[in-house]
This record gives sequence, structure tokens and C-alpha cells, in this order.
Amino acid sequence: MASESSITTSSYIKHHLQNLTFGEKQVETSPGIWTPTGDWGFATTSEEAAKMGFWAINVDTMLLSIILGVLMMWFFRSVAKTISTGVPSPVQNFAEMMIEFVNDTVRGSFSGGKNDLVAPLALTIFVWVFLMNLMDLIPVDILPLAVAQGAALFGADPHHVFFKVVPSTDPNATMGMALVVFGLMLYYSFKIKGAGGFLGELAFEPFGKMALPINLVLETVTLLAKPFSLGLRLFGNMYAGEMVFILIATMYGASLFMGSLAGVLQIGWAIFHILIITLQAFIFMVLTVVYIDMAHQHH
Amino acid sequence: MNMNATLIGQALAFIVFIGFCMKYVWPPIMQALEERTKKIADGLAAAERGRHEQELAEKRAQQVIHEAKEQASEIVSQAQRRGNEIVDESKDNAHVEGERILTSAKTEIEQEANRAKDELRGQVGSIALAGAAKILGREIDAKAHTDLLEELVSRI
Repeated sequence: MASESSITTSSYIKHHLQNLTFGEKQVETSPGIWTPTGDWGFATTSEEAAKMGFWAINVDTMLLSIILGVLMMWFFRSVAKTISTGVPSPVQNFAEMMIEFVNDTVRGSFSGGKNDLVAPLALTIFVWVFLMNLMDLIPVDILPLAVAQGAALFGADPHHVFFKVVPSTDPNATMGMALVVFGLMLYYSFKIKGAGGFLGELAFEPFGKMALPINLVLETVTLLAKPFSLGLRLFGNMYAGEMVFILIATMYGASLFMGSLAGVLQIGWAIFHILIITLQAFIFMVLTVVYIDMAHQHH
Repeated sequence: MNMNATLIGQALAFIVFIGFCMKYVWPPIMQALEERTKKIADGLAAAERGRHEQELAEKRAQQVIHEAKEQASEIVSQAQRRGNEIVDESKDNAHVEGERILTSAKTEIEQEANRAKDELRGQVGSIALAGAAKILGREIDAKAHTDLLEELVSRI
């Protein structure tokens, strides 16, 4: 950024926090008024991305999360294909270690009897969220620069190509996962307790039949708080962590002293972040298991 | 940081990965883990069984050795007894045989003595006759004096 005098600290931060959004192109016809053009393409400014509305997609989030997910599934599938019941290879050992860990955690938190979904779900969440969080440890400028330079080869203006590296700093990603978990919670609530049982729980707990409206409000809020807290906790933690990395990165251009201080800070924060990314993946997994377990419980 | 269709895309990707994991990853690995657990348990049980069997075999071997020793000592004592018996028996036999030989020798001697006596008796008669004839200087009718002679002979 030192070479680009036109980039200020705030624009640098903003640039890093903007997803690469693909949707219907918008133009600002007059100040504050945006009209759709009918063409589809990548947004070149944050404002345009915001105006694209719901039917736009964050290509960087989708691309990276799917690449990471496929990588994870390829790894586990290749282990599953060549698995031996004898002496395990080191790779198999590694995969088994993770699977045993997840299995133990699920067994400790889930009491809903035999369920073929919960354990694989927990494994998928743990590894996938961990990998998405792990992108945070890649120095903040490497991938965005590479993508911008790559896009420049195709004639795009590299200053208007956004690329957000960590999928879990996109609330769409975390809330999308929380949504699926919420769907599973509802599915199991209806399946185990029946529609009457589940709705009865919403209406008649915790104050009995006389306070039905209060119960309904309280229980609905409790129910909805679960997916929101699940998705937003992961998003918030990762967003804050990424923000700190970006802020540290802005120090590099200031002076030699600030630059070397930033180096130390970055290493320190990265080491601390190893704990956070693992912890957040673990929390997401455990809470999912607990929520699905709660959906199995009769009150 | 705006909510858009990525939400749906991410949810769909998530569902696909869960499904894949549930169908193609979790079951084979869990099955292999369970099989290995069973294998190890079987191996441990087999080792335990082997150790137990070895103990039993050792006990049995000791028992066999013990029995064999007893049998051997029994055989030895039996042999000794039998030897003693044989010695005693042959002693007895020898005794009896000696006795028999002794008695047969005695009877033979007796017989010989009797025969010699008889012979002597016969000869004494004729000698006495010849002596008497010489003393008297005449022929004595042997027939007339037979009873006298016989009386003489019997007195010898």
C-alpha cells in the first residue's frame, strides 16, 4: 500500500472487508439513487454490492468454502477408501484421531439414542469450520493481491476487485450453516415430539396454560436465539480476528519502527488465533450437537 | 457485509457435505474402527487363553512327571521285592534239593549195606560149612544139616 498513495488506511480496511459480489449491476443515476442495469457482473464498489440486494452471491466465500469442503471430503473419502483394520498408516491415523475425537464429543453431549446424522454432521462442521477459519492465518494481502492481479490479466481494474479470504468472516456463510442446523432442530423436534408436543412446548412452557402469550413469546425468542447466536458467534469472532490482522497490516506502511512492531504483533496474534479458530470450530460443533440433543428431549 | 443469496448457497453446500460425510465417510471409517477394536479385543482374549492353556499344560506336565516318578519308584521296589523273593525261593529250592539228595544218598547207602550183608550172610554159611568139614574130617551131609546151618546164618 506504500506504493499506492491513493489508498488510505480506511479504504484499505474497507477493501479488505468487502466480498467479491456477483449480481445484477447497479448504477448510481443520481446521488443515493441506484437503478439496476439488467446486466450481471461483479460489483466494483461496496455501495454497488450492497445495492445488489438479496439475489447476489459472494463468489469468494462460496468458492473458498466449497474448495475447502471438497478438500476435506476428498481427504476423508480417500482415507475411508483405503482404510485398513490392521496397522493404520500415518494419514489414516490422523483422520481416525479426528473422527475419534468428534465421536467422543458427540457421545458425551448427545443422549438422543441412535442417530446416524449427528456424528457425521459434527465432523463436517468441525473440520469445515476449522478449515474456513484457518484461512485467517494466511497473511491478509496474499490471496487478494493474487486474485486482483489475476483479474487484471482479464482486463479488470485490480483496485476494484475484492477478495475476502476467510469465508467464516462472511455472515452469509455462518448464518447459512446455522440455518441448516436450525432446520435440523425443527425437523427433530417435530419428529420426536410430534407437532402437538413441540407446539405445546412453545405454548405451555414455562408458566403453564394461563400465560400462553407470554410463553409463546419467550419460547419463540429462545428458539430463534439458538441459530442466531450460533451463526453470529462464529462470524463475530472471526470478523474481529480478521479485523485485527488487517489493522496490524496497516501498520506496515507507516514506518520502520511500526513495521517491525507490526511483525511482532502479527506473529503473536496469529499464534493466539490458532487457539481461537480451533475453539470456535469446536464450539460450533458442540453447540450444534447440544441443540439437536435438546430437540430430542421432552421437557 | 450484506446478506444475500450466499446464505442459501452456503446452506446447500453444507447440506451436500453433510450428506457426503454421512454416506461415504463416516460409516466405512467407523466400521473399520469397530472392526479393529474387535480384532484387538479378540487378540487379547486369545493371548489370555493361550497363557491359561500354557499354565494348564505346565500343570499337566508336572502331574505326568510326578506320576512317572511314582511309577518308576514302584517298579524299582517291586523289582527289589521280586529279587528278594527269587533269592529266597532259590534258597528254599536248594535246601529241598540238598535234603532230597541227602535222603537218596542215605537210602542208597542203606541198600548197599543190606546187599553187602546179604552177600556176607551167604558167604558165611559156606565158610562155616567148609570149616566144620575140615574140623570133623568127614563129609557132612549138607542136606541133613541145612536147618542147623540156617539157624547159624540167621544168628550172624
